[in-house]
Amino acid sequence: MNKQASQHLANGPATLFEKVWSAHAITTTDDARSLLHVDRALLHDLSGNNALNALAERGLPIRHPELAFSTPDHAVSTAPGRTGETYAGGARLWANLKVRSNAHGVRFFDTGTIGHGIVHVMGPELGIVQPGSSVVCGDSHTCTNGALGALAFGIGASELAHVLATQTLWQKKPKTLRVTFDGALQSGVSAKDLVLFLIGELGARAGTGYAVEYAGSTVRGLDIEARLTLCNLSIELGAKVGMVAPDDATYAYLEGREFAPRGVLFDQAVKYWRTLPSDAQAHFDREERFDTTSIKPMMTWGTSPEHVIAIDATIPDPASAPDSRRRTEWRTALDYMGLEPGQQLEGTPVDWVFIGSCTNSRLSDLRGAASVVRGRRVADGVRAWVVPGSEQVKRDAQALGLDQVFKEAGFEWREPGCSMCVAANGEVVPPGARSVSTTNRNFVGRQGPGARTHLASPQSAAAAAITGSIVDVRRLAHG
Amino acid sequence: MDKVTSIVGIAAPLLRSNIDTDTVIRIERLTEHARHELGPYALEALRFRQDGSEDPACVLNQRAFRDASILLAGDNFGCGSSREGAVWALLAAGIRCVVAESFGEIFYNNCFQNGLFPIRLSAEDIRTFADHAQAGHILEIDLRMQTIRSETEVRPFAIDTNRREALLEGLDDISRTLKSEDLISQWQAEDRLRRPWVWEPVRLGLA
Repeated sequence: MNKQASQHLANGPATLFEKVWSAHAITTTDDARSLLHVDRALLHDLSGNNALNALAERGLPIRHPELAFSTPDHAVSTAPGRTGETYAGGARLWANLKVRSNAHGVRFFDTGTIGHGIVHVMGPELGIVQPGSSVVCGDSHTCTNGALGALAFGIGASELAHVLATQTLWQKKPKTLRVTFDGALQSGVSAKDLVLFLIGELGARAGTGYAVEYAGSTVRGLDIEARLTLCNLSIELGAKVGMVAPDDATYAYLEGREFAPRGVLFDQAVKYWRTLPSDAQAHFDREERFDTTSIKPMMTWGTSPEHVIAIDATIPDPASAPDSRRRTEWRTALDYMGLEPGQQLEGTPVDWVFIGSCTNSRLSDLRGAASVVRGRRVADGVRAWVVPGSEQVKRDAQALGLDQVFKEAGFEWREPGCSMCVAANGEVVPPGARSVSTTNRNFVGRQGPGARTHLASPQSAAAAAITGSIVDVRRLAHG
Repeated sequence: MDKVTSIVGIAAPLLRSNIDTDTVIRIERLTEHARHELGPYALEALRFRQDGSEDPACVLNQRAFRDASILLAGDNFGCGSSREGAVWALLAAGIRCVVAESFGEIFYNNCFQNGLFPIRLSAEDIRTFADHAQAGHILEIDLRMQTIRSETEVRPFAIDTNRREALLEGLDDISRTLKSEDLISQWQAEDRLRRPWVWEPVRLGLA
C-alpha cells in the first residue's frame, strides 16, 4: 500500500473526493482554502485563449506545458469539410490557440485530426484524464471527467492562467454529497434521464458548495460513457464536482489509450486507483437515495434544467408553485417556451433536433439515437443534426455505418465541436424555434436568441425528429 | 486589479433566481468583443425585447437604476457556464458589486479575480434593501467593516478573510502563489515518486 492510502486509513474512513482532494493539497490556509496541485489543464478556444493571452500580457511562461492540452471546440464551424477558419467569427481564436499552444509546447489537437473534439470528450478518450488525478478547464462541464474518478472542475480564465503559471490553484474545500441510485433502468431510459430526474428532484442549486459522488448499483452498471453523461450535468445541479469511484470498467476503458500509463506503470497506477473508492464508513455531509426502477424518459419544459418532468407528465401550473418567486419564474419560463400549464409535453411540434454536446455525443449516444432512427425518416419541417463529440467518435461511428443511418433518415451528419449546444460558432436555433436537444442547458437564449430548448436523451431526441413532435421514445421501440 | 474598499451607489433590484452566466453575457459577444466593450451587452436577454428595443419593464432600463453600480439578485446568481466574460460584462456596465442569496461557485470565484464584489445575504435582507433602493436610497458597502447600509438599515455580511484582504489590497493570486515556489517544487518532486504515471506517460506521448 502506498503512503497516501495508508495515511487515509490512519486518519479514519474517507470519501473518494476527500482522498483525491487531500492527495493534491500542497498547503491549506486557516480559512480552509487549499493550494491544490493540478495534474492536467485543458484549454479550449474561448477560455484557453483568454488564459494564454493573460500569460502573454504578463510575460509568464507555462510551468508544465506537457501537462496541458488544447483543442478548438466552441467557435469552430461543424459544417462538413470545415477547417478552423471556416467560421469567420472564430478563426482568430482558432489561430491564436494553435499558435500560442505550439509556442508554449502545449499539445494542440487541430480540427480533422485524431484527438480533436469537444474538450470533455477528448480528455477521457485520450486517457489524459485518469482516476485520482486533478483536472481543470475553463469550462463548467469539466465535471464530466469525474466519471473516471478524477477531481475535475471548471474554473474561470484568470484561474486557468494561474494554473498554467503555477500548476496549482487555490480552492475552498466543498462539502460532500452522495447520490445513491439503486435499481434497474427501464428500457428507453438512459443516464441522461437519470441525471435530469435527479435535478428535478433536488433543484438546480442543491449541489452548490458540494462535491457529488454518484454511487449505487445503477451507477456501477453504467458504462463509462454513460457515467460521463451523468457527471456532465453535475454543474446543472449546482455542483462543480461530480465523481464516480473508479472500478474495473474504468481501468479497462483507460488501458491502451494514448496518454494513459502503459505496462508496469499502468499496473502500478491501477493498484493506487483501487485505494480511491470511498471507505465503507466514510461520512458524507449529505446523502440522497433514489430507486431508479420507476424513472421514465425525462424532458425539460422550462428554462432551467430543474424545470423537468417525466415524458408522460403534464406541464406544471405556476399557480401550484411552492412559493411566489417560483410562481413568477415558472410563468416567465412558460411564456418564453410558448407552453401552457396542464398541457402534455407529448405532441408539441418541434422544429429542430440537435444530437451532440459534451453531454451526449459519444459513440454509445450516437448508437442509441441510431437505434431509434434506423429505417425511419425525419419528419417534414424538422431540421435534425448529429454532431459527433470528437474526430475519433466521428470515425468510429462512420466505421459502424451510423452516419449512413442518420443521413438516409434525413439528418445532417457534421464535424465535431460544441455547435448548437452553446451557439458560439454561428450555429443557432432560430428565434422562436423549438428544439429537442441532447445538451445540458435550456437557459433563455442558450441555443440562440429566442430559441426554445427541451433537454432530453439521444433516444428521445431521435424520436422527436422522426415524429416531428415531442414523443415518448418507448412508443417507437423497435421490435 | 483595482483595490476595492467601499462601494457607494444605486442598487438595481433584479430579484430573480438562477440568473445564469449565459443570460449575463451571450457567448458570441465574447468572440466578437474585447472585455472592456462588453458593457452594452450585459444582461441583454433581460434588457432587450426580441426586436432589439429596450424592455421598459426591465428594472435596468428604468431611469432610476440606469446608473446602478450594485445589483440585488435572488438565488443562484451566476450559475451555469464558467465564462469569466460574465464578470467582465457586469464591470464594463458599471456594476461593481452583486448582492445575492447565493452564487454559482465558478462565477463567485471569478468575481474575486477581477475586483467585482459578490456579497451573500439572506432573502429577507435583500428584500429590505431592494425596498429601500426602490425608495431612492443610496446603498453603501464597506468592505473593511463588512457592512451594507441604506439610509436607515445596516447589515453585516460574511466573507473569507483572505479574499477580503485580496480585494482590499488589489492582490492577485499568481504573484502570491509564485512565492510558494519551493513548496510546489518539493510537492512535485515527491509526487513524481508517489504517482510516476501522472508524469511519465505524457512525456512518452509527446516524444
